[in-house]
Amino acid sequence: MTIAEKQQEVINEFSMFDDWMDKYAYLIELGKDLPVIDDQYRTEQQLISGCQSRVWLHAAYHDGSIKLTADSDAVITKGIVSLLIRVLSGHSPQEILSADFDFLETIGLKDHLSPTRANGLVSMVKQIQLYARAFHLKSMQ
Amino acid sequence: MAFDVENIRRAFPILNQEINGKALVYLDNGATTQKPDVVVQSLVDYYHKTNSNVHRGAHRLSQLATEQYEGARSYIASYINAAQAREVIFTRGTSESVNLVANSFDGFVDAGDQVLITTLEHHSNIVPWQQLCERTGASLQVVALDENGDLDLQDLQAKLSEKTKLLALAHISNVLGSINPIKQIVGMAHARDIPVFVDGAQAIAHTHVDVQDMDCDFYAFSGHKTYGPMGIGVLYGKEDWLNKLPPYQFGGEMIAHVSFEKTSFTTLPYKFEAGTPNVSGALGLEAAIRFIEEIGMEPIIAHEDNLLEYATDQLEKIEGLQVVGKAAHKTAVLSFVVEGIHASDIGTLLDQMGVAIRTGNHCAQPLIDKLGYHGVVRATIGLYNTKSEMDVMAEAVNKAVNMLR
Ligand SMILES: Cc1ncc(COP(=O)(O)O)c(C=O)c1O
Repeated sequence: MTIAEKQQEVINEFSMFDDWMDKYAYLIELGKDLPVIDDQYRTEQQLISGCQSRVWLHAAYHDGSIKLTADSDAVITKGIVSLLIRVLSGHSPQEILSADFDFLETIGLKDHLSPTRANGLVSMVKQIQLYARAFHLKSMQ
Repeated sequence: MAFDVENIRRAFPILNQEINGKALVYLDNGATTQKPDVVVQSLVDYYHKTNSNVHRGAHRLSQLATEQYEGARSYIASYINAAQAREVIFTRGTSESVNLVANSFDGFVDAGDQVLITTLEHHSNIVPWQQLCERTGASLQVVALDENGDLDLQDLQAKLSEKTKLLALAHISNVLGSINPIKQIVGMAHARDIPVFVDGAQAIAHTHVDVQDMDCDFYAFSGHKTYGPMGIGVLYGKEDWLNKLPPYQFGGEMIAHVSFEKTSFTTLPYKFEAGTPNVSGALGLEAAIRFIEEIGMEPIIAHEDNLLEYATDQLEKIEGLQVVGKAAHKTAVLSFVVEGIHASDIGTLLDQMGVAIRTGNHCAQPLIDKLGYHGVVRATIGLYNTKSEMDVMAEAVNKAVNMLR
C-alpha cells in the first residue's frame, strides 16, 4: 500500500466513530498495542522536544526503507505516534519526504488536540522528516 | 447577603457554554479567572466615555482619566491595606512585579551574598532572582518542603543568615495550594533585617491580603487571576524600599527633568511607571476587586474551602489516585496524579468531556521534579464553581482513568 492509501484507510477507520470519546478510546487501544521500543532507544537522544509527555522515536534504514519505532509515557501520544508509524514506516525516504499529512486534519485530530499536544504532533512529524532527509542524503552518497 | 453561586454565575456569561458538546466546567482558575460583567463594562465605559492619556493632557477628559486611574490606585491600596496609595505600582502582572524588584536590586546584593527562595515557587518567582544572582555573583538558596507541602520553617530559619539579602516566596503555592504563614515568616526574616518579597498571584482572589498586617516589604499580584483584565497587575512596596530602589524602565511620565546631559526622576509611584500606563486595566482591576468585596472574602473562602474538601473526597475514591499537596492550610488548588497514567492523557480526555483543567509542570518545574513526577493534573477553583461541577469533574476523571487503564 502507498502512504496515501494507508492514510485513506486511517481516515475510513476514524469516520466510523461519530463521538470523539470513541475516537480517543480507539487511539488509546492503538497506543496500548504499539510494540515496545527497544530499550536501547529509550534514551535522551531519541527524545523529541516540544512534547508535554516524553516521546522516543527511533528510525532505522534498511534496504531502501525506513523502519520507525516509538514509545511514549502517555498512551494517547502513543496512539497518535502509532498512526504515524503505520502510515510511514516501511517506506523510502523519498516517499516520506513527499507525503503530505492532511489526514491528521481530515480525521480532526489537529483540532482536537490541546495546543501542547498539537505542538508535540508537529515535532514528531518534523523529526520523522528529519530522519528521512538524513537517510535520503546518505543513500545518495 | 447570602452567598448565591447561581446568581454569581449570571455575571459570567462565558461559563454558560458548551465545549465539545458538554457544559463547560471551568477549573483552570489558577491560570486565569473569568471576568464578570462589571469588569467588562468598566472597560467599555472607559473607552466609550473617558479615554485620554493620563497626567499630561490639558483638557477635561485627561483630567477625568487621571482621576479614575489614581482612584483605582487608591482603592486597591486600601483593599490591601497599604499605608499610602503611592506604595501601589501598576505593572503588567506578577511576573513584571518580580522583575521590577529583581532588576532594581543589584545595588543591594554583592558577590558572595545570598537570595533565599523556596522549593514551591513559580518560575516567575525563581528566574528573575536567579538572574540577579548571576549578575551580582550572589547565590540562590532554596528553602525545603516537608512531604505534605508545608515549608520547612526550621530549614528557613537555618538559611536566614547575615549573607541573605532578600527572601522571596509565594503566599499560596500554585501547585500545592499551601498557604504559607507569611506573617510568621516575615517576623523571622525581619528579626535579621532581611526584606521579604511575597508573590501573591494565587492568593489575591482566595484570601485576605493585608500588607501591613503581614508586614511584608513587597507584595505582587496579577489582575487576571482575580477576575480582572489581563495585562494589569500590582507591585506593592513599602515606601522606604520603593524610594531606595532605582527606576526599572525609563521614559514618559516617570521623569522630573530631562536634558541631554542628565535626567532626574519623579517621585512614587510614577518613578516606576514609564510610558503610558494601562489605564483601562487599572479600572477593570478596581471593578474586579469591588466585585469581590461586594460578595465578601469570608463567604468566598467558605465556599471554596467547601468545594475543595468535597472534590478532594470525591477524587480520593478513585483507585490509584493520589492528591498532591496536603498542607495543613490549603486553598482552591487540587492537584493529583494517578498511578501508571500520564497527566496529559487525563487532561485530553477531560477536555473532551467539557472539563477545563491544566496538566504538566505548571511553571514550577523544580517543585514537580523534587516531588518526582513528570507532570500533575491540576483543578483550580473559583468563586463561581459549584458542587455539581465537582461531581462532573470527579466523574470525568473516573471515566478517563478507566479508559486509560
Ligand atoms: C504563584 C504564581 N506566581 C506568578 C505567576 C505569574 O503570573 P503572571 O503570568 O500573571 O505574571 C503565576 C501564574 O501562573 C503564579 O501562579
